[in-house]
Amino acid sequence: MNLIDAQQQAAGVPWLSIITWLPMLGAFILMGVPKEHDKIHKGLALAWSGLVFLISLAIVPAFNGDLAGFQLVESKAWIEALGIRYALGIDGISYWLVILTTFLTPLIILGTWGSVEKKVREFMICFLVLETAMLGALLAMDLFFFYVFWEMMLIPMYLLIGVWGGKDRINATIKFFIYTAVGSLLMLVAIFYLYAQLPAERAPSFMLTDFYGLKLTLKEQLYLFGAFGLAFAIKVPLFPFHTWLPRAHVQAPTAGSVILAGVLLKMGTYGFVRFAMPLFPDAVKIFTPYIAGLAVIGILYGAFLAYAQSDVKRLVAYSSVSHLGFVMLGLMAASQQAVEGAVMQMLNHGISTGALFLLVGMIYDRRHTREISEFGGISKAMPIFAIFLMIVTLSSVALPGTNGFIGEFLIFAGTFSADGLHDLRWYVGVGALGVIFGALYMLYMFQQVMFGPLDNPKNKVLKDLNLREVVVMVPLIALIFIMGIAPNYFLKPMHASVDRFLTLSQATTLPADDAAGRARIQKQLDKRNERMEQRKAEEGKATDTRTAGVSR
Amino acid sequence: METNIPIHLIVLFPLLGAIINGTIGGLLRRKMSESAIAGIASAATFLPFMIAVEVFFTLKGMPENAVLQPAPMFDWIISGNFHVPMGFYVDHMTSVFLLFVTGIGFLIHIYSASYMHDDPGYYKFFTYLNLFMFSMLMLVTGENLLLMFVGWEGVGVCSYLLIGYWYEDHKNADAGKKAFITNRVGDFGFLLGMFFILYALGTHDMPLTLSFDKLMDPAVLAQANLGGYATIICLLMFVGAMGKSAQIPLFVWLPDAMAGPTSVSALIHAATMVTAGVFMVSRMNFLFSLSPEAMTVVTGIGAATALFAATIGIVQNDIKKVLAYSTVSQLGYMFMGVGCGAYAAGLFHVLTHAFFKACLFLGSGSVIHAVHSQDVREMGGLRKFMPITGWTFLLSTLAIIGTPLFSGFFSKDEILWKVFSQNNTLIPGPVFWVVGVLGAMCTAFYMVRVYCLTFEGEFRGSEKTKHHLHESPKLMTIPLIVLAGLAVVGGFLGMPHWLPGHPHNFFHDWLHPVFAASDANLSFGNGEDQTALELALMAISVGLAALMALLAYMMYAGKKKELPGKIRQSVGGLYTVLLNKYYVDELYVAVIVNPIKRFSSVCWRIIDDGIIDGVLVNRVAGLSVKLGGVTKLLTSGDVQRYAAFVFIGFWALMVAWIAG
Repeated sequence: MNLIDAQQQAAGVPWLSIITWLPMLGAFILMGVPKEHDKIHKGLALAWSGLVFLISLAIVPAFNGDLAGFQLVESKAWIEALGIRYALGIDGISYWLVILTTFLTPLIILGTWGSVEKKVREFMICFLVLETAMLGALLAMDLFFFYVFWEMMLIPMYLLIGVWGGKDRINATIKFFIYTAVGSLLMLVAIFYLYAQLPAERAPSFMLTDFYGLKLTLKEQLYLFGAFGLAFAIKVPLFPFHTWLPRAHVQAPTAGSVILAGVLLKMGTYGFVRFAMPLFPDAVKIFTPYIAGLAVIGILYGAFLAYAQSDVKRLVAYSSVSHLGFVMLGLMAASQQAVEGAVMQMLNHGISTGALFLLVGMIYDRRHTREISEFGGISKAMPIFAIFLMIVTLSSVALPGTNGFIGEFLIFAGTFSADGLHDLRWYVGVGALGVIFGALYMLYMFQQVMFGPLDNPKNKVLKDLNLREVVVMVPLIALIFIMGIAPNYFLKPMHASVDRFLTLSQATTLPADDAAGRARIQKQLDKRNERMEQRKAEEGKATDTRTAGVSR
Repeated sequence: METNIPIHLIVLFPLLGAIINGTIGGLLRRKMSESAIAGIASAATFLPFMIAVEVFFTLKGMPENAVLQPAPMFDWIISGNFHVPMGFYVDHMTSVFLLFVTGIGFLIHIYSASYMHDDPGYYKFFTYLNLFMFSMLMLVTGENLLLMFVGWEGVGVCSYLLIGYWYEDHKNADAGKKAFITNRVGDFGFLLGMFFILYALGTHDMPLTLSFDKLMDPAVLAQANLGGYATIICLLMFVGAMGKSAQIPLFVWLPDAMAGPTSVSALIHAATMVTAGVFMVSRMNFLFSLSPEAMTVVTGIGAATALFAATIGIVQNDIKKVLAYSTVSQLGYMFMGVGCGAYAAGLFHVLTHAFFKACLFLGSGSVIHAVHSQDVREMGGLRKFMPITGWTFLLSTLAIIGTPLFSGFFSKDEILWKVFSQNNTLIPGPVFWVVGVLGAMCTAFYMVRVYCLTFEGEFRGSEKTKHHLHESPKLMTIPLIVLAGLAVVGGFLGMPHWLPGHPHNFFHDWLHPVFAASDANLSFGNGEDQTALELALMAISVGLAALMALLAYMMYAGKKKELPGKIRQSVGGLYTVLLNKYYVDELYVAVIVNPIKRFSSVCWRIIDDGIIDGVLVNRVAGLSVKLGGVTKLLTSGDVQRYAAFVFIGFWALMVAWIAG
């Protein structure tokens, strides 16, 4: 229990509060600047979010990678009567995601400098509010407080698509909003149910750490996991809850797509790691093969769908379904390598897919189309763009030396060798086919857009990336290589927290009197033991024939 | 063993070269000249060659099983008990690869400096070429399977970029993509092979490692029961080799890869990259030797490929296509060698093949440079116009068809004898021998054919072209001469024991420590001296090959010029099948590519938009709208109706209360 409760309070400066609320403050300041000064709005939003990023780097020296639990914790009573607390904390799992968020925001603002034409001030306000919401959701330790941020993310995103989106934006944004909101409502009910289950002798609380290890019957766990899981699965999105994603992506402005792919989708996977899995470890034991199965289907299904697209953006959107399938598979495997790979893959996807959407946006700004058939031979007209797109493509297909490889390899290797409660080797065997199909659709897209004759007159006059666009891309490209060559720097702070996650999500929290639940879990354990025995027997046989073969 | 040789510089120099040319290459070209670019790239390859020489002599001066293993540069991946250091493992086998990869690489850099003259992407070309050198050297020096995989995929990407180098033609870009995807299919196997190794280690509670020195450790092998998984691991890893080394059924990309510049074909698609599969199987010999099943598959696929590709080579008219199918076929011989446990023999063929095939490709490049065509029907009599190209091509042709005392003779003969006399595969050795000899006959035929059509007889191209025929510049001919020289004498590195005086087989002895661990699991011969049988078999294969060579000469340069046409007519169907490469590409398109495309659109239009979104998601949403429609009736705003509800509700409660 010590492991679970281990926390370190923030000493001195409340960094997490500052990082979380600073973007919101920026939004308020923007409201004070008169409407017509577009340049000032953009510049201010850029400078402000850049400042937030720099300040967020303060957690790098303050963060202690050896600690498993939450750090830099700030916890104060918020709504005292109900035990709701203002509680922020960070651990090895949220650490890089927080920095990814603050890192991407200014890049996106700069990257889409010219693409926002109307209501610039409102756009920037939305964006900064969204940043606060995302950071809050990543840092909140109180379930209620988390839920507030979780829903708060929806509103600016809803506006980003609905106001600044493409032609069919209203449909897309309604689907996005209703789908995710409905999923979340069940989670809210589940949160209240959990709250009611706290033993009477304990003070009322929504603190996440108070729920870890809470005794719940298997039936309760399955329902609660289902409610949490549905909310997160929609957000991930896990197959078959993904249909809102391509629509939202295609209609969203570039900035919206980047932040959606870069950070928002990770909220789903993060939710599984932070909440659904550690809170209901016995339900995880039952659900694992099903979720892993959906993840594997998603990997291949997303790849096939991407391959069928004629719109570059929709292709990238479907590729997200595939890539997040990898993450979900890794989380289900419950081995150190797989989970660290999954967290790494969340970061990778944020960077690579974010970069892809930015690049797609850059070419959209020039040609106002994303139809693959409209392009061809762009390499010749835009050589710098070509190099960047090539590198990002290679990262997306997980070429060794780029970030993508580290994530995928750790997930697959970790899942394959985990030998946990469930044998997931076949899942890996099938999922790893994604390695082939991933290359198929990415190289198809690259060839159709970049190679071939430059015969469309509209493409002949295309200008290569300007300095601003290069400045946006260079940090992302650099990270692709840095994370691929020195992944240890990124993995190291995760070790302790992932270990803690594994302990929590593999524990059993069934009450002693839940006989039915215990029997069901025992059946799983028996199956595993049976598998082990069988393997031992087979190995013995295999060794025998081998020796016989040798002496022949 | 610790060493102070800067082995890391072997890989870092080419990387540095690539970075320099990649970033400021365009500037160099404008401000200085092409030679600055080529100079940087060549130096970045020559310096590693110097280190490779030093490595070789250092190893030579050390005990025979010495391995150079400098302290790792850094830890690449640490996650739980999985640990991958970024380090190097240089043993005798690696040193051989280092020498010929950097040596031939350097020659081809020089050649390319002239061959690619005035190409608009000059610096891009040399960037890719250096990047390739980096990846290839990483592949052979990495201290674990994962680093080998880094190089393995790296060479694949460079190959992709270089095949599609002239990307404005979709045909070239298609060829590059095909190479990459086909290789990815192989890599899928490679990855799963690694996963199985980790699984075996993991389930026996051992630290997860992919380092060669740890996996080779007999204690680790036994404790993790890797032997029990040898067959599955080796078969999966061999799938990787099939992709990279173009074996059946994944060979289809290599002939198309000829779309790239010819010097690339020589370096990547003949001498170095495509032999990576042979290197990998040899590196994992300690596992392959444990599995007769896997050895049989490797040998069988190798033999089948050797013959299959050779038959296609007979009828092709594109000079590079002939050489490409020849490469596929020769790679098959290499796999026959390493597959049956004759690792040194297989690797010997890697080496000699690198010499003569690089020379042949560069020679074809020289020809294409002059004729501006790849079709042998538009060539002929070229030896008169380009004597150096002609003679070096002839010498290499003699080497590849196994003319006695030329390099190819020693290596091919050793493979054929070893595969005949081995007792390691589940299929008897003589079967493979027969296939191998048939392949050698085809080889003799198509190589002499292509030589005669190109260099003998009268020129068949246009007068205008004939007027411009010329020998290539020195930068191109010098590499040809060096390689032809090696193709002639290289065989003496591995002289067979039956030569008078039982000479020392240097190559075999050099590599022996690398494969010593496998010795116990392998067996060759029947314990008696079989030299007589060996010589007899050799005489048969050489004789048959000579016969075919003579026949080809008669048909294409001698008096029987009408024969090819007659044969073509009498076996019309077979000829068409061969000309169309057994329709394998067409088969793959029909059975794999098109179904995937169709399935993708079905997934999208019908399953995703139709069922999941259209029926499930929207129906559920529609249902709530309908539900809302019903409940809407309740909130009509009609006060009298509300009053009625209250009235009914009150009485309902009363009834319930009284009844309860």
